[in-house]
Amino acid sequence: MGKTTGFMDYYREKGKERNPLTRVGDWKEYSLPFSDETLSRQGARCMDCATPFCHMGMEVQGATSGCPIHNLIPEWNDLVYRGRWKEALDRLLKTNNFPEFTGRVCPAPCEGSCTLAITDPAVTIKNIEQAIIDKGFENGWIAPRIPVSRTGKKVAIIGSGPAGLASADQLNQAGHSVTVFERADRPGGLLMYGIPNMKLDKGVVERRISLLTQEEIKFVTNTEVGKDITAEELHAQFDAVILCTGAQKQRDLVIEGREAKGIHFAMEYLTKATKSYLDTNFEDGQFINTEGKDVIVIGGGDTGADCVATALRQNCRSVVQFGKHPQLPETRTSGNMWPAYPNVFTMDYAYKEAEAKFGEDPRQYSIQTKKIVADENGRLQELHTIQMEKLRDDEGRFFFKEIPGTEQVWPAQFVFIAIGFEGTEQPLLSQFGVNAINQKIEAAYGEYRTNVEGVFAAGDARRGQSLIVWAINEGRQVAHEVDCYLMGKSYLPK
Amino acid sequence: MTFHQLPKAQGLYRPEYEHDACGIGLYAHIKGIASHEIVKKGLSMLCKLDHRGGQGSDPLTGDGAGLMVQIPDAFFRTTIQNVQLPEKGRYGVGMLFFSNNDVEREKIESYINKVVEEEGQTLLGWRTVPVNDETIGETARQSRPFIRQVFIGANEGLKDELSFERKLYIIRKQSEHWAKESDLRFYFASLSSRTIVYKGLLTPEQVDRFYLDLQDESFVSAFALVHSRFSTNTFPSWERAHPNRYLIHNGEINTLRGNVQWMKAREKQFVSEAFGEDLQKVLPILDTEGSDSSILDNSLEFLVLAGRKPAHAAMMLIPEPWSENPHMTKEKRAFYEFHSCLMEPWDGPTAISFTDGKQIGAILDRNGLRPARYYVTDDDYIIFSSEVGVIDVEPEKVLYKDRLSPGKMLLIDLEEGRIISDEEVKTEMAQALPYQQWLDEQLIRLNEERSNEEEILVDLLIRQKAFGYTYEDISKYLVPVVNEGKDPIGAMGNDMPLAVLSDRAQSLFNYFKQLFAQVTNPPIDSLREEIVTSTMTLLGAEGNILQPSPLNCRRIQLDTPVINNGQLERLKSLDSADFKSKVIDMLFDDNLEDSLDRICQEADSAISEGVSLLILSDRKMNKNQAAIPSLLAVSALHQHLIREGSRTKVSIIIESGEVREVHHLAALIGYGVDAINPYLAFATYKQAIAEGSLQFTYEDAVNNYIKAMTEGVVKVMSKMGISTVQSYRGAQIFEAVGISEEVIERYFTGTVSQLGGIGLDTIAKEAKMLHTLAYADSYDQTLDSGSNFQWRKTGEHHAFNPGTIHTLQWACRKGDYDLFKKYSKLANEERIGFLRNLFSFDETRQSLSIDEVESVDSIVRRFKTGAMSFGSISKEAHETLAIAMNRLGGKSNSGEGGEDSRRFSLDENGDNRRSAVKQIASGRFGVKSHYLVHADELQIKMAQGAKPGEGGQLPGNKVYPWVADVRGSTPGVGLISPPPHHDIYSIEDLAQLIHDLKNANRDARISVKLVSKGGVGTIAAGVAKGAADVIVISGYDGGTGASPKTSIQHTGLPWELGLAEAHQTLMLNGLRDRVVLETDGKLMTGKDVVMAALFGAEEFAFATAPLVVLGCVMMRVCHLDTCPVGIATQNPQLRQKFTGEADYIVNYMRFIAQEVRELMAELGFRTLDEMVGRTDVLKMSDRAKAHWKAKDLDLTPLLHQTEGVRTFTTPQNHKIDESLDIQKILPAVQKALQDQIPVDVSFPITNVNRVVGTIVGSEVSKHYGEAGLPEDTITLRFTGSAGQSFGAFVPNGVTLEITGDVNDFLGKGLSGGKLIVKTDQSSKLLAGENVIAGNVALYGATSGEAYINGRAGERFGVRNSGVNVVVEGIGDHGCEYMTGGRVVILGDVGKNFAAGMSGGIAYVLADDQEAFRKLCNQEMIEIESLSKNDEEELMKMIQTHFYYTNSVKASYVLENWGNYVRKFIKVIPKDYKRMLEQIQKQKDAGLPDEDAIMSAFLANSSKQKNTTTKQPEAVLR
Repeated sequence: MGKTTGFMDYYREKGKERNPLTRVGDWKEYSLPFSDETLSRQGARCMDCATPFCHMGMEVQGATSGCPIHNLIPEWNDLVYRGRWKEALDRLLKTNNFPEFTGRVCPAPCEGSCTLAITDPAVTIKNIEQAIIDKGFENGWIAPRIPVSRTGKKVAIIGSGPAGLASADQLNQAGHSVTVFERADRPGGLLMYGIPNMKLDKGVVERRISLLTQEEIKFVTNTEVGKDITAEELHAQFDAVILCTGAQKQRDLVIEGREAKGIHFAMEYLTKATKSYLDTNFEDGQFINTEGKDVIVIGGGDTGADCVATALRQNCRSVVQFGKHPQLPETRTSGNMWPAYPNVFTMDYAYKEAEAKFGEDPRQYSIQTKKIVADENGRLQELHTIQMEKLRDDEGRFFFKEIPGTEQVWPAQFVFIAIGFEGTEQPLLSQFGVNAINQKIEAAYGEYRTNVEGVFAAGDARRGQSLIVWAINEGRQVAHEVDCYLMGKSYLPK
Repeated sequence: MTFHQLPKAQGLYRPEYEHDACGIGLYAHIKGIASHEIVKKGLSMLCKLDHRGGQGSDPLTGDGAGLMVQIPDAFFRTTIQNVQLPEKGRYGVGMLFFSNNDVEREKIESYINKVVEEEGQTLLGWRTVPVNDETIGETARQSRPFIRQVFIGANEGLKDELSFERKLYIIRKQSEHWAKESDLRFYFASLSSRTIVYKGLLTPEQVDRFYLDLQDESFVSAFALVHSRFSTNTFPSWERAHPNRYLIHNGEINTLRGNVQWMKAREKQFVSEAFGEDLQKVLPILDTEGSDSSILDNSLEFLVLAGRKPAHAAMMLIPEPWSENPHMTKEKRAFYEFHSCLMEPWDGPTAISFTDGKQIGAILDRNGLRPARYYVTDDDYIIFSSEVGVIDVEPEKVLYKDRLSPGKMLLIDLEEGRIISDEEVKTEMAQALPYQQWLDEQLIRLNEERSNEEEILVDLLIRQKAFGYTYEDISKYLVPVVNEGKDPIGAMGNDMPLAVLSDRAQSLFNYFKQLFAQVTNPPIDSLREEIVTSTMTLLGAEGNILQPSPLNCRRIQLDTPVINNGQLERLKSLDSADFKSKVIDMLFDDNLEDSLDRICQEADSAISEGVSLLILSDRKMNKNQAAIPSLLAVSALHQHLIREGSRTKVSIIIESGEVREVHHLAALIGYGVDAINPYLAFATYKQAIAEGSLQFTYEDAVNNYIKAMTEGVVKVMSKMGISTVQSYRGAQIFEAVGISEEVIERYFTGTVSQLGGIGLDTIAKEAKMLHTLAYADSYDQTLDSGSNFQWRKTGEHHAFNPGTIHTLQWACRKGDYDLFKKYSKLANEERIGFLRNLFSFDETRQSLSIDEVESVDSIVRRFKTGAMSFGSISKEAHETLAIAMNRLGGKSNSGEGGEDSRRFSLDENGDNRRSAVKQIASGRFGVKSHYLVHADELQIKMAQGAKPGEGGQLPGNKVYPWVADVRGSTPGVGLISPPPHHDIYSIEDLAQLIHDLKNANRDARISVKLVSKGGVGTIAAGVAKGAADVIVISGYDGGTGASPKTSIQHTGLPWELGLAEAHQTLMLNGLRDRVVLETDGKLMTGKDVVMAALFGAEEFAFATAPLVVLGCVMMRVCHLDTCPVGIATQNPQLRQKFTGEADYIVNYMRFIAQEVRELMAELGFRTLDEMVGRTDVLKMSDRAKAHWKAKDLDLTPLLHQTEGVRTFTTPQNHKIDESLDIQKILPAVQKALQDQIPVDVSFPITNVNRVVGTIVGSEVSKHYGEAGLPEDTITLRFTGSAGQSFGAFVPNGVTLEITGDVNDFLGKGLSGGKLIVKTDQSSKLLAGENVIAGNVALYGATSGEAYINGRAGERFGVRNSGVNVVVEGIGDHGCEYMTGGRVVILGDVGKNFAAGMSGGIAYVLADDQEAFRKLCNQEMIEIESLSKNDEEELMKMIQTHFYYTNSVKASYVLENWGNYVRKFIKVIPKDYKRMLEQIQKQKDAGLPDEDAIMSAFLANSSKQKNTTTKQPEAVLR
């Protein structure tokens, strides 16, 4: 149980990062591993709660609180404290197919609901998770687990993001023959192209794909279902189909001047950058280059931050990120009590880098773009903005009100839109005849059956834009359901 | 009407739950000279024990009283005209109770006449016994039997008296058997040529008024054995009155069920020279419809008639502890060891007196849990009784005053005309046969066998999974067991569903709940009083109990029933005709029932082939064959063999992978297993060692595990007050929840299962579920997490889970009722977790407008917070609860840790930090007069839901200075809270404590807290008769600061069962209106409160939920002092993290009340009172009917209703006005109370004057606070024998002096006063040999002085925390758990001195220092010589003693001080000494007192851990 007084004896140590000024010069991961001693000490801070809120994984106040895949956090924290890494890995892999992803890019709702965080800084759960799996690979503890027997059943999974991969892994282990179809040239979905390399090294993604391949999962890339292969063909060839196509349809800005050149969706920007980097280390020039330009990112979330970091690495002249909401408070407010996800001010890697490079935080708060002005060539020239006030109506709902006199003009050559995703893309759904509501595939959580016999859906395609951990959660659960569908019963975890 | 009116089982009431306790007495002429005087005085003695008996709802009907005397030959000769009596001794007299139906009676009489003839004896005639039923109570009169005597003449051929007695016995048994078969009722009170019993449903003073015979001057006897009964019920029973035919009994046989079954099992093996062919006529020996006393009587009678001397038989039935007793002679030990091969002890708190008419004996149980005192006078009388002072004797006539010691015997031989000492009688017995030689030749001891190294099982993981092993089981149970060497500790109680309500496959073990002792008998302390325990186990066939022979001990002896692999191998391979073994597979594929039958058949044929060791094994488990739940297999076989009469021919040994926890082992032994090999636990250790998660050798791990499990089992036994594994075996001290009647009837015969439940099919299904999963699941190579103590999303449901916890916290912090409703919806509907969740309401009820319903303000007055001690929770949390409850007009409960007196006055802002309920628990921490007067309710905690039957321990590093201050102890020194209240070993003792407390605070209600279990209703009835005002029924799921995990999960029952049973039983008894019923145990919502009210509760307590409201997040680390939210901790650093506020609690309670109102409106109840007991509005819900296991439950017993008043209406009569204090003393001391003018007054006193001085003391505390009055302001002098609790709780300024003697509980809770007990100047006694005070003197005394000019009984100065006392000798277990004060002993001490003593100093005058050392329990103390300072202190105390008492001994010591001072030994606890030295060191370094203490505490607690050799079993609640 860690050390009983560990939480009193040790402070939380922040994850080590490379120097921001150095790391913006390359595309390698920005974080550095902890030493084993530090990890043991941090593991000792875990209180081994009898009611581990870190592990609960539920929606509280509309946000995720605790781990949606119910990682057995106290168990492996303790094992790390005791230096029993191999067992820690076993306990970690029991619930999490891909800790190397979540350990790097999860926003860690577990830490927000960590019981220690009621009064003290939370346990560094995410760092410990990453360390366990990294050590597992380093020490060769991760070896392909090739199923002893096959059921003869075939499953097609559309989409190779975290939901698709998780369900593929589970079903493969249950003995089914799994084929994963991916539209892009590389499998991994958002893991591959949605998240930049400095946050999640693509070698890490490829390592996992390679492992799954060795475990006899088939990956078919550059293949768009509906175009390259039809739904009927899939139905004919497979006993079950799972749609894990994500929620890739990006939300657009509806605004005067939107059509100006130089305005891109964040995903386009990030995807091209990563692809070019992986293909040719940017030599092919097949990416949006912001070098020497003024960049504005619209949207205050993580994707926006990734755009900021990418632009910095491209040596942009300036970068600003617009957010609709006011700056978050330093500590929780009374309306945001533990164990809800803490809406507090943090400095993500991109902001630290921008601050190091330009001397200030790139974020602008409570700001609304009113219009975009292009030059005579139709090229983006400037953005016009106004500050807003966040208020509550009589029923307690939030609304925004413009503050007269706060108009501003921002010169820019590039704008990246990162204001979220609207849902899954329609054509594929029509192919299958699958119903959707609000651009989400209609399939109940925990059941995952669509209106079409033998067709299941999981992940963002079903639930809408969310976290990788939810994707893994749904991927695992849908595997259980599909296994039941195929075999009449399932010993896969639910 | 009949003479026996126990109602039939109905609702949750069952007649077999009845208990009784009593006062007993013997008055005899040692030389055997008979007189009518003896009969008269015997009866008058009984009247003086009246307060030990009970009265029901009809005050004129007692619980039963009676006497046994010699047959009054002369009386009968003159009275019976028409019968020619043969000479004395050649005729027998039977005393019979018949119904008033003449036809029926005549039928029975003629049958008896016939049997008499058949047996070759002569019927002399019948006589109707003249009675006057005008003098008895209404209830008694209605059930009065028709009483007749039969006179039977001896056949001339019968030469000796014993043969004639045997014939009479055969006549009686045959008549009884016939009557039973013919469904006719009659009862032999006695049938003997020597003794006769007159008894009935009478109060003591009614006995001779009712039986006119007893008034006749010619009615003479040399002895009168008398008894007055206190029954828990008020149902009339003439036959349950004592004396029985051979004995009177005060106490309880805890192991009765086992003893009965073993007796039954043995019957077929009996071969008796004495009975010969007649033996078959008397079987069965035991009348199991009788009380435990009468069953014990049956056994004693049989053994005596089979040829054993009464004393010998008594020693077999109730042996003194021998296996752990270093003081016993080798011969005596051999005697007991030999007899242990024949019979298990009948265990329990017991004082019996028995007689065959020639010898009269008395014997006390091994633990001395009953009082027994006697005087011998110079004119050859002996007065023996539960109390002294029951017969007036002039002091100068008393030759000596003594008491019966634990395990000892007193024997009076009327023919020899002398008292035979314990030593003499036992030596004679022990030397009668060459027992030691027989043992040496025959007994095989199998204890040194090393464990075979278990090979790593290739299918270890599969087996673990198949048996439901989890990661938690290993990391939180098995590994800690070896690391810490004990059953692991948990906190915060159980909030999981009962096994039968769980959605998951459950182990069969989880359906069985451990029973525990409360009120009617005490649990025992197996750690501090290890001396009385034994785990010795014997294997192989039992010999013939009736015939002593060397072959009787041809058995295999084990130190513990848990055996390693080596021992098992050895048993399997023993190459001896006496010990043939046979392995029987405990497996099934599809049909479980057939497989169980197969096991029984295989066993039968093995037995017929001479096998004496049956080994049930699941080693051969495989994919197709699952293991049968071991408990089921074992119990099925055990019950089968008992029925077959072959059980004692074999031992049942089990080799099972399922078994791993203390609870498993306890259950298996409880259901009849002889030895257990938990092989998978061993294999798991092997693996853990290989993996490096356990740093032990395999050998050590196995040994530690076995030791911890064995101790754990002893702990489980001791909760029921059972001290030997031998008597626990087969005693079925369990209750089933959720098992069907058919399964119980067939496989667990005799076990209570109140609500029925699952059948064999579901049991099989559950076993198969895990099995299938284990063998199917090939890709997950890890164990599931397990979720018994740590919530897991995919694990078992917990009522307090992240969702309910945070929603409740937010709702109460924000004052948001909508959010609260969200919480309560979760709590009520998330899952079926509690029994109450199985019900829904009758929708057809006419609802009301909510405006017509009782207000929130009114409802919250019925709310309380649960007892949580300051010490277990922080000052912040404790005071916040008090403030909140006082703001609401509800009540908070102090818990058992005392309370800072600064909290007794209001804060500046008007807040009140005083707890309205003050608790009195077994540790008596902080229980002073001043504490008691500042309460509205005084609660006696008999048990705690999370660990009923257990005490606790607060380790030294948690005894912060402020905790020590309030508890009256030393900082840094551990505190032990004993399992029992040492002043409550039985129901009449509880009545006494209730009376004591009522004296200490006449304005407070007295509450008694019980924990739910089968039979709690009957106990509640007894408690109501004992005059409690409030009875609390706690659920087993209540919280705790620390308890063994075994106890949290497996002991006690849900409150729904206990509450409903209590309500129903009180109604049946007509006692419901006398008490307020309260309940607690994981009450979470308004709906829970409504359910509780419907089941009968009027008041409600909450503990876990309020803690959650204050910030508790169910960390379950209360025992570690690391609570991260500042609640269950004393650590100042952590206390700063406390964020709770009183308003949150106020919100919570008001929300609950509001929700209650809403439901009341829905159900149409205007007031809460109206709703109490209205189970007719409940029905089983559809959800429950759909549950795969719960659907099998029969909930109707919970809904049973009885007509009558359903709520409290009639206050108890505490008889305070009749007390000496109110009548005489208080008026005499007014000047002192009002004006502080010293008063010195004198009074005569007798044993019926109880709790003398306490009311006066309470007045002092009320007027003068904690400081009291100046020394000797009030001096009260008495002459005579004082009743119990003399000087209880007397504060500063009050001095009580008595010339004569005192009974039990002298100076209980003494709070600063001074007590002087001295011998009459005219007495010839030597004080050192004169027992002047009873048992348990100065229990929980906190300050003051006492001078006792004589010896005191057992358990002197238990939990003394500050009194300075001089005494001239004491009994066993002296200074147990003492934490402070000085005790000077100018004479002998008994065994186990200073056990658990953690503070204070004892100076003992020991002539033989080596002998003294042996008597000490040296675990916690050091024995050293005196320093100069010590000598001064000692001399001063002895001088004072002499000054007050004129003690001859003191004067002699003082005159020869130079010689004597060297003979004194100082006993000081190690930790205490170290702390005192540390504090002194800090003071010497110049620190002010307070800082010195804190600094010493901190320095000490950091290195505390290694100093106690024995691990604390639990931390104080």
